[in-house]
Amino acid sequence: MRDDITKIRWHGRGGQGAITAAKIVANAAFSSGYGGVVMAPTFGTERRGAPVLTSLKISKHKIYDLSPIAEPDIVIVLDHLLVEEVDVASGLRPGGLIIINTPRPPEAFAFADMKVATADVTTLAGKAGLPTGIVNTGIIGAFARAGDLLDMDTLAEAIESEFAGKSPEKNIAAARATYEHTLVGETDEKRQQ
Amino acid sequence: MHIIESGNVAAASGVQLSGAQVIAAYPITPQTPLTEKLSELVDAGELNAQYIPVESEHSAMSVCIAASSAGTRAFTATSANGLLYMNEQLHWAAGARLPIVMCVVNRGIGAPWTVWNDHQDAMSQRDTGWIQLFCCDHQQIIDTVIQAFRLAETVRIPVMVCYDGYILSHTYMPFDIPESAAAGRFLPEFAPDWALDPACPANLNTVTLPDIRPNVRGETAPGYMEIRQNLHDDMRRAIDVVADTDAEFAQVFGRGGNPFIEPYRCEDAEYVAVAMGSLSYQLRDVIDVLRQEGLAIGVAGLRLYRPFPNRAVAEALSGKKGVIVFEKAVSYGYEGPLYADIKAALYDCAQRPAVHNYILGLGGREIKTDDLFDSLRTSCGADAPEAREPAFVGLKI
Repeated sequence: MRDDITKIRWHGRGGQGAITAAKIVANAAFSSGYGGVVMAPTFGTERRGAPVLTSLKISKHKIYDLSPIAEPDIVIVLDHLLVEEVDVASGLRPGGLIIINTPRPPEAFAFADMKVATADVTTLAGKAGLPTGIVNTGIIGAFARAGDLLDMDTLAEAIESEFAGKSPEKNIAAARATYEHTLVGETDEKRQQ
Repeated sequence: MHIIESGNVAAASGVQLSGAQVIAAYPITPQTPLTEKLSELVDAGELNAQYIPVESEHSAMSVCIAASSAGTRAFTATSANGLLYMNEQLHWAAGARLPIVMCVVNRGIGAPWTVWNDHQDAMSQRDTGWIQLFCCDHQQIIDTVIQAFRLAETVRIPVMVCYDGYILSHTYMPFDIPESAAAGRFLPEFAPDWALDPACPANLNTVTLPDIRPNVRGETAPGYMEIRQNLHDDMRRAIDVVADTDAEFAQVFGRGGNPFIEPYRCEDAEYVAVAMGSLSYQLRDVIDVLRQEGLAIGVAGLRLYRPFPNRAVAEALSGKKGVIVFEKAVSYGYEGPLYADIKAALYDCAQRPAVHNYILGLGGREIKTDDLFDSLRTSCGADAPEAREPAFVGLKI
């Protein structure tokens, strides 16, 4: 199948704003020249707090397959407690990246052959002035740092457009603070070397 | 201007650019965000329409019938059981020759309840006398909505713009919003040649006897059966109008060119997969891999389902070794409705392909790429089994 598509799967809880976060990254990617951008929430019978999934596919070319991502390149987890509830690494390719909102360091997570990046987005976003639990813009900073796909300034612009007229400053501050404080671990293999 | 938004917002933008004057709708998943967006646009003064919230889909279509009879551009949208609840009024709108446009955000039908996608809702309304167009992505949704108003008003037949619930309605992707001025040039104001007018009272669609009879002016008026034949003949003629509308849209906006069938790698194909909606696009990546394996295969996405473009279908598929029809609907007790139509269209071909039928994705069952590979590999090649019954794909028990 096509190898020109970066596949990012977002794990969050209903009401946590994973869809908005994925939409912001989609807009940033599109404005950076990725003409093929598809963001597909997986809908069930969601309710607040229940685990939810969103698929984001990014390519330079138009994307025709809108089906949910089964084999992601990057997984983003908005709440570290989900790691115990959901197989967040399902289908992730060896060497793939898992970004987690957690106060714990990457080494605290045992994912064989995966690269783990962590940031305490909940605390950082609170310090940036966002209400407790608003982590969907902060986590974008961790994606900018660990994801190697889009730079922080482009993502900050996309956050600004998304929250235009609704004081985007705190959201941008949360993302930038998270960008500075994201810890990027090594894969098991590299750690053992 | 390109934006990244959901399919429902693409549809709402199309309605806005079309200058709909009356919108009556009842919310139903997965159509709801479309009607919410329209009510916001009306409330914000960005769409100069009357938004009439109603207590049911039957009433939504009744309001559209009244509004259209009074000479205004009317729009509604629904899904699944909401569409079925309109059924009586759908026949009425078509019989009364009212150019209403409706988005059908395709969803499976209960019982048992499902909110997820298939095509059973639209297919079950095949014979209501509505034109049915299917969309594969958000660009087609917004473009098709604008074209639908012009098409409907040209042939005086209502039009359904169908797109996949969730898969398109709730997925975000980039699409271009046409310039308002250009949309206005393509779709002038609705100027019907007749409309209800208190200054000139008239009875519309009264009891029509089996035989012809003189009207109030003493002219011989068509009876019920002539009126039915007129609708059928005009539906057949609408096939050409669909092509003309597409061609003129392409002249203004530079998009289009495949009003009936959107082919992908079909030119030298020995085998062709056929599907409607987003599935026909999903098949493209599968086709690319099978091509790499040396199989001469393409996919044809059918855009117009009623009136059925049987000549275009015969032309596209005649002489192929095999045709594989994938569909998200069943005509219970027979086979897939699209499969039956495709076979009928191929009956007169000198070289009739073998035609296979796969039913999949019912009630949102995930359509796995592996299943598409398996089905296509099974149905292509010299040792492909003769298809006698439709095969259900993706079953888990």
